[in-house]
Amino acid sequence: MEREMTGAEMVLQALRDQEVKHVFGYPGGAVLPIYDELIQQDDIAHILVRHEQGAGHAAEGYARSTGKPGVALVTSGPGATNMVTALTDAMLDSIPLVCITGQVPTNLVGSDAFQECDTVGITRPCTKHNWLVKKIEDLPRIIHEAFYVATTGRPGPVVVDIPKDVQFATGTYEGPKSIHVQHKSYNPPTKGDMTAIRAAVELLATAQRPVLYTGGGVINSGPAASQLLREFVKLTGFPVTSTLMGLGAYPASGPEWLGMLGMHGTYEANMAMHGCDVMICIGARFDDRITGRLDAFSPNSKKVHIDVDPSSINKIVHVDIPIVGDVAHVLEDMVRIWRSSSFTPRSEVKIWKQQIDKWRARNSLAYRPSEEVIMPQYALQRLNEAIKGKDVYISTEVGQHQMWAAQFIDFEEPNRWLTSGGFGTMGYGLPAAIGAQVAHPNATCINVAGDASILMNIQEMSTAVQHGLSPKTFILNNSYMGMVRQWQQLLHGNRLSHSYTDSLPDFVKLAEAYGGKGFRVTKPDELDDAIAEMIATPGPVLFDCCVAQLANCFPMIPSGKAHNEMLLPDEATDEAVANAIGKEGKALV
Amino acid sequence: MNAQNPDALSAYFLAEVSDTQETHTLSVIVDNEPGVLARVIGLFSGRGYNIDSLSVSETEHERHLSRVTIVTTGTPQIIEQIRHQLDRLVPVHRVRDLTVAARRFKQDKPLERELALVKVTGSGEKRLEALRLSEAFKATVIDATTEHFVFEITGRSSKIEQFIDIMRPLGLVEVSRTGVAALNRGPEGLSSQAY
Repeated sequence: MEREMTGAEMVLQALRDQEVKHVFGYPGGAVLPIYDELIQQDDIAHILVRHEQGAGHAAEGYARSTGKPGVALVTSGPGATNMVTALTDAMLDSIPLVCITGQVPTNLVGSDAFQECDTVGITRPCTKHNWLVKKIEDLPRIIHEAFYVATTGRPGPVVVDIPKDVQFATGTYEGPKSIHVQHKSYNPPTKGDMTAIRAAVELLATAQRPVLYTGGGVINSGPAASQLLREFVKLTGFPVTSTLMGLGAYPASGPEWLGMLGMHGTYEANMAMHGCDVMICIGARFDDRITGRLDAFSPNSKKVHIDVDPSSINKIVHVDIPIVGDVAHVLEDMVRIWRSSSFTPRSEVKIWKQQIDKWRARNSLAYRPSEEVIMPQYALQRLNEAIKGKDVYISTEVGQHQMWAAQFIDFEEPNRWLTSGGFGTMGYGLPAAIGAQVAHPNATCINVAGDASILMNIQEMSTAVQHGLSPKTFILNNSYMGMVRQWQQLLHGNRLSHSYTDSLPDFVKLAEAYGGKGFRVTKPDELDDAIAEMIATPGPVLFDCCVAQLANCFPMIPSGKAHNEMLLPDEATDEAVANAIGKEGKALV
Repeated sequence: MNAQNPDALSAYFLAEVSDTQETHTLSVIVDNEPGVLARVIGLFSGRGYNIDSLSVSETEHERHLSRVTIVTTGTPQIIEQIRHQLDRLVPVHRVRDLTVAARRFKQDKPLERELALVKVTGSGEKRLEALRLSEAFKATVIDATTEHFVFEITGRSSKIEQFIDIMRPLGLVEVSRTGVAALNRGPEGLSSQAY
């Protein structure tokens, strides 16, 4: 389709052609022409946030819960810089995000004009790619290219910076078709190398102690990848663990599920990683939260790594069989080869699984229950019971509550778990829940939060009220930045430097002030009724769940320690906690 | 923990990969568009990689392609990371480790040349000595007064280093160097139809 239109019209037409239904944004001087077009049409809904960072995280929540790109629209200068955290978050977790920023007119670029900043310069390291559109002729091509780059290969955030005069200028619009059939320099891989895939399957068939280590790449690859993973596990009966980002790809109720691995992963998952003889890493990246001490990481295993991004391979851990390709494509080939070669797992795998069951019996997620105070783990167990079998999306902020949510909430499907993994952005959860709610208006969207994190983007309650959205924020309120406090206990002689929040707001009144509803629960036996009421309440809710203040998140691999040196809850005496981290570990984050 | 951290190696992999620092020359073919050099340089500074030398110029005008030549130092693992990270940039068409390619020709380096302009002032014996040495180095005089010479010298970086060292006591004033330009040996090209 080719026709004459203004730059602002082109933006809307291009979004329509990219099948965008929702845009999260905040207006300002340099995007007024685009906002003027927005209000004159009905195809694309705009969700007005209260802070640009909220627009970014909401778009991320939208993207993670749908698999489609999230779109944000903000103005120049502070509008753009407020997006930087969300862009970096999307970069670290490989989330497709298209951010359109307004810019001062081209003749003022570089003159320190009002609300001017070097947006492409600032966002260059935190985007997969970015563009400053200098001529109207380039605009349609760049927007379509932006969607292509954001959504293909290893997904990520992109920025299209459009000066105001380009928004007003008139040019010829082109549809997306002609543009990215073959990009001149960007050609992400899809199919993996068959020789490597065959070698990997053959290696797995000889494994005596195999483990599948899956990550966010399985989710990003689309629902087919999760299905194929389940099929492959069913075929082989191999145990599966996952990173924080990959939860839900294999169901928590599945027979081979080990739970999450890594710093706060289960004992059985980490011991299986440590003791395996063949590890297959599927769409994960050997992050430092996963590996623990590197020179003791899974010392006796042959490693296979499937990743769409060649730069992930051999970055941290050397692997024996690298496979560059999209997870779904590679798994499809693996399933086919396993079937056609009529492979069967070796008999030793049975012994391995008995060993795993022994580790599982340690019950590494145990905690000391209480009848007087609500244990945070207990609160999440009750929440998990209440949402079982329901259409629920869970987001989180960052900290102890996030790890507990990962440990105690069972994810059965992909795209149901929205959390800031790589970047660890406090303030992510509420806007992400809003984004998920926009995409799934009839589902229940719950943000598991901490009392400190929630205050970082609390203003988005107002967004939820305005747009008739009903995110439920479940605050595990211990008055501390719990994870900071836990680390101070572990590393700094329990000197709790500025990790206690005096004068927290009254969350019930705060919810009401925004036009939502608030609950406060202080006793364990009140939890079930209150949670049921929270879910049944229309509109946004702040649920102030007052929990034990000094609970620590266990199990834990202390910094600088290996997978087989976990600190388990029943062994975590005060003394053990105080001495858990050695001198070298203290320097690590 | 990051890629450039030399500790970021598992015990498993220490056995196979050496920790020795190597110097490699990379050729990077990029779209000649605004900001592309910033992307390349930002990648190096952001991830803590070294740049020993950098040269860039548009080499194919019709297709607006530039060739960036980077000399960098790191462990083999880091060098491989650099190659992949560069390849990940959207306007990058092709990355080639010329040092690795040179090994196929049983050479430890690709063809590398650098050009320098060297300004020397002085009179009397020192001035004559400078002129004599420039002839020995096959440098040419491109500007002169009775008080100074500007020499143009081309060659490997080591030759230029040596020339500058020798000129220092003879009245060296300033130097401008282009950085390394490099090509592979043999008939194959990097920027023709190969990609």
